[in-house]
Parts: sequence; structure tokens; C-alpha cells
Amino acid sequence: MVAVVNKSTFSKVFWPVLAWTVAIVFFFPIFWMVLTSFKTDADAVKPEHLIVFTPTLENYLNMIENYDFWRFAKNSVITSLFATTFTLFVGVPAAYAMAFNPSRHTKDILIWMLSTKMLPAAAVLYPMTFLTKNILGLFDTHFLIIIVLSLINLPIVIWMLFTYFKEIPKEIIEAGKMDGVSIWGEIKDIVLPLAWGGLASTALLCFIFCWNEAYWTVRLTTIDAATLSKLIEGNRAPEGLFFGRLSAVSTAAVGPIVVLGWFCQKQLVQGLTFGAVK
Amino acid sequence: MAGLILRNVAKSYEATKVIESIDLEIKDGEFVVFVGPSGCGKSTLLRMIAGLEEISSGTITIGDQIVNEVAPAKRGVSMVFQTYALYPHMTVYKNMAFGLKQAKTPKDEIDQRVRNAAEILEISSLLDRTPKALSGGQRQRVAIGRAIVREPEVFLFDEPLSNLDAALRVQTRIEIARLHERLGTTMIYVTHDQVEAMTLADKIVVLRDGNIEQIGSPIELYRNPSNMFVAQFIGSPKMNFFDSDDLTDAGRALINSRADILGIRPEHFIVVPTGSGVIQGKPNLVEPLGEYALVHCETVRGSPFIVKTTDPENIKKGSVMSFDVDPAVTHRFDQLSQGRIV
Ligand SMILES: Nc1ncnc2c1ncn2[C@@H]1O[C@H](COP(=O)(O)OP(=O)(O)OP(=O)(O)O)[C@@H](O)[C@H]1O
Ligand SMILES: [Mg+2]
Repeated sequence: MVAVVNKSTFSKVFWPVLAWTVAIVFFFPIFWMVLTSFKTDADAVKPEHLIVFTPTLENYLNMIENYDFWRFAKNSVITSLFATTFTLFVGVPAAYAMAFNPSRHTKDILIWMLSTKMLPAAAVLYPMTFLTKNILGLFDTHFLIIIVLSLINLPIVIWMLFTYFKEIPKEIIEAGKMDGVSIWGEIKDIVLPLAWGGLASTALLCFIFCWNEAYWTVRLTTIDAATLSKLIEGNRAPEGLFFGRLSAVSTAAVGPIVVLGWFCQKQLVQGLTFGAVK
Repeated sequence: MAGLILRNVAKSYEATKVIESIDLEIKDGEFVVFVGPSGCGKSTLLRMIAGLEEISSGTITIGDQIVNEVAPAKRGVSMVFQTYALYPHMTVYKNMAFGLKQAKTPKDEIDQRVRNAAEILEISSLLDRTPKALSGGQRQRVAIGRAIVREPEVFLFDEPLSNLDAALRVQTRIEIARLHERLGTTMIYVTHDQVEAMTLADKIVVLRDGNIEQIGSPIELYRNPSNMFVAQFIGSPKMNFFDSDDLTDAGRALINSRADILGIRPEHFIVVPTGSGVIQGKPNLVEPLGEYALVHCETVRGSPFIVKTTDPENIKKGSVMSFDVDPAVTHRFDQLSQGRIV
């Protein structure tokens, strides 16, 4: 008895402390970034103004006035939204087929898809730029960014959906077949409702990845299709680092995602731990 | 309503043959039970009839239509799964109505059929719940209800009782028997429990390694098993086998060089004064079960056998006893072919 009580007191203290420590370690850079965004560029680098400083909105106003912030933001929203939609549009049927009608080669296909993520992006930078700029003429278009973001995320999305679909007992699908459901009805009325949590967290994760993607969005755009990543990148100006400005831009770029994640927290946790809880 | 005919039906997964070549006729309205040990292919055969598993060769006819290429829902069959396989995100009502909705049945007819089935199964009060909020037995009823509303020509059950506890299993077994009486529909039922098979079936199909060992009514299989496998599979506790070294002279007189195995069911032994009878054995364990007792014995040679007796007081543990049997209820087999010799 005594041992049990001790253990529960221990875990009552230990786990929250650990959780908070981890949370703070992860949260600190974001906190710092937000804090810095309210400092002038001059204050930002001065140690004496680390915590104590006069807050200013100068960086944000500057960002909106001089940097055309809303255009970058709009591009981010458009490309992330369309890329996520398109990825799911392709990913759901693909994962469905592999989960419910597996063939001998399904495992190989899954591995192959994942292996495409092992290719270093830098290795294809030159061909990609050359191809899109000089041959396809797609450089700096929304279309190109949407396609690139989709292709980058497709393997992960298919893997995730595949795992969630696999959780659905085969018999339920077969019961649907006995009830005479069409393929589309099976996806709509049985698979998606049962994998809803998983689907939501996959979509959310995909959206976050798209939003934060910087390697390609920075390199394959100039103005028209440039996203917030490009804006952040652009503020690493050659004249030196403007930490205040950079932080403001970064905060504005990260903000929506944090808010979105906050609202979808329940979905996310449920989706990501679906298998474990069951 | 419809009967079924299976002709040379076979199934293999790549190189492994799971169902060898099955010929079977099931009459309209018959209750047929597939029994056999685990892995013998019962579920596979049932799923082939359902259309969930492709058949490698042969033909399956339901009613007067060859259904090899017909989709499951178009075969006029309903299936009750071992795991129930209810749609977890739908209410009981929707679970039962789903199939009818797919078939574009008018709404009020769906409603009438669902309520009717719910009435029969006494689940009318549960229609608004989701499966999560039901007990195992209630889920089972919903699964059966989902099968009933489609008014199939043939019901297929794959071990529907195996997830229920013992008391509920007996009760549900009786309900399934009643349901069959009431609907008069052809039913095919898979189980590895021979008690279920005996009590429910008009006709039992005993399977082993993808082959049919014997087809017959429960009493036929009990009285005239065609081989040693069926003899041991039907009846509980299972039939005892003796060869000439186990038997007394009187016992040896019942067999010969070809029919060299004597089969005696535990319930057919009669305790007789020591020295007479067909077999002698030493009881080493008595399991009293109230109405009767199971006595585990050993022949002089050490082969174990079981005697079922209603008066265990007569059993003297550790001392040699003699048992007799009415020759009319004994069975003779050829050890080599395992077949029964009449
Ligand atoms: N997809 C498959 N691939 C290969 N072999 C399979 C496959 N499905 C089933 N089998 C094999 O077919 C045989 C028959 O399986 P089946 O499920 O029909 O047995 P069963 O009689 O229903 O057994 P149980 O009483 O355990 O349910 C088994 O040996 C099984 O291993
Ligand atoms: Mg089975």
C-alpha cells in the first residue's frame, strides 16, 4: 500500500515537472521571438534590453507598409490550402487502395515512396530551377508551388493515412460489401467517418508542413508566388541582421499556424494517438 | 428463398490449397453447419459463398443462378461476422438500415423492416444507441438484425457465438434455432463447437484440411461416422479407440484383421464384474459433473480411455475394473485407411 501511495505522489510531481520543462524548452525560442518583435532593431541586440525595454509596434507597421505583408500571407494561404487539398485528394484513394486491397507489392511501394524523402533536396535544386524556369515556364507561379508542396508531402500523408486506414477492421469493410455499398460510398460512409481523427490530423500536419516549407518556396519564387517563408528569408538583409523586423515577420508567419494548432489540439492528439488508445 | 449447389469448388492462395474440391448440395430452408478443426477452411468456404473470397475453380449456384461473378450484395445472402463488424459510428437503427439504403429501398419500408426485425430480436429499445453502448450479446443481436432486414435467401454465420460467455451462448443458440424455424430461410453456420453443430443442424458438413469428410444429419454422424476423424469429432467426450492389444478376448471377438480398431463412445460402457466384458482398465481420475461423471482410465497396456457413468460410486480408483458394451453400438475401423468397416 505504502509503496503504491509513494509511487503515485512521485508520478504526480515528476510527470508535470517533466512536461513543463519540456514545454518551456520548446516554447522559449518562440517566446523570445515574440518578445524581440516588439523591440526596435537597435534594442534587439543590446543585452541590457533583454527583458526590460520599451515595447513598440514599429516593426509590424513597417512590415505591413513596406513589405507588402498581405500578399505574402495570401500566397501562403493559397499554396498551403490547395496543396493540402490536392495531397489529400490523391493520398486518400492511394492509401485506401493499399490498405484495403493490398497486393504483393504494396510494402515495396510504401518503402519506395518513403525513399523519395531520402533524396537531398539540394541534389535536385539545379535541375528543378532549370526545368521550371527555362523549359516549363512555371517558375514563380502558384501552380508550381502547389505541385511542389504536394509532392513533398504526399509520401508522409499516404503513410499516415495508410496507418489510420489499417486500424479499421477488415470485417467492417466486408460488412459494407455485403450491404452493397459502392466504392465511393465505402470511402464516404465507412472509411472516412472511422478515420476522421486521423484524417484531420493528417490534413493539419500537411498544412503545417506546407506553410513552413522554406527550401523550395524560397528558391522557386521571386515575387508573384512568394510565401511568408520568402518574406522571412528576405529580411535576412545583406545590410546586416534586423532582429526586430525579422522577429516581427516570423511571429506574423508562425502566428496563424500556432492558433490553428491550438484550436485543433484535440483532433491532433486524438489522431496521433489513435492506435495507442485503442 | 433458395438452395445452394457447390460444384468442384476449390481455393488456393498462390501455392497453398486451402479448399481442395468441394461438392455440396444444400436444400432450400435447410440449416447446414460446417464444422471442423481450426484452419480446415470453414470460414474460407463460407466467405466464398458470400462472395468475399474469389473461388479458384468450380461453380457456386444460389437458387438457379451461378454466382461466381456476382457481387456479394447481389447474391441474396446476408452474413453475420464473428466480430459482429457493426459500423461503430452509426446507431443501431442506421446499422440495420444501411444495406436497405444502398438498395434504394423506400424510406417507410426501411423503417418498417428495421422495426420489425428489432421487434423479433427484442432490441427495439436500443435503436438509438451506438454499438459502443451495447453489451456483447446486444451487439450480436444487432448483427443478426442487420442480416434479417435484408430478407436474404441465405443466411451465413461465421462462428457468431464464439465471443459470448457460456450462458449467453446457449441462449443465443436457442434463439438462432427459433429464428430459423420462424423465417424458414436457408442458413449456413460455421463453428468448431460440435455441440452447436449437433443442436442446430439439419445437416452437418465435417471438414478437414479443405476436404469434406462426411455430410449427414447430426444423428447419422453420431451413429454412423464414416471414418475415425468424424467419429472422434462428433460426440463429447470423444469416442475411444482400442486395438486388439487393449481388448479382452470378448472384445477381440468384435474385430478382425481388417477391421482392427474398435470404437466405443464413453456413454456406452457398462460396468460389469471384473474378468468379464470387452475391456479392462484402471480408473485414475473421476470428474463428477452432477448428473454423470467422467472416469479417466488406462488399459492394462497403458492406453487412456474415458468412461461416462451415472453412478460414480461404483468406480474404484486404482483397481482394475471391467467394462462391457452392447456390440450394436460399437464401431469398427481399419487403422490403415482410417475408414469405417461395416
Ligand atoms: N489470405 C490468406 N493467405 C494464405 N492462406 C490463408 C489466407 N487466408 C486463410 N488462409 C489459410 O487457409 C486455411 C483455412 O482458413 P480458414 O480461416 O478458412 O479456417 P477456419 O476453418 O475458419 O479456422 P478457424 O476455426 O480457426 O476460424 C488456413 O490454413 C489459413 O492459414
Ligand atoms: Mg474461421
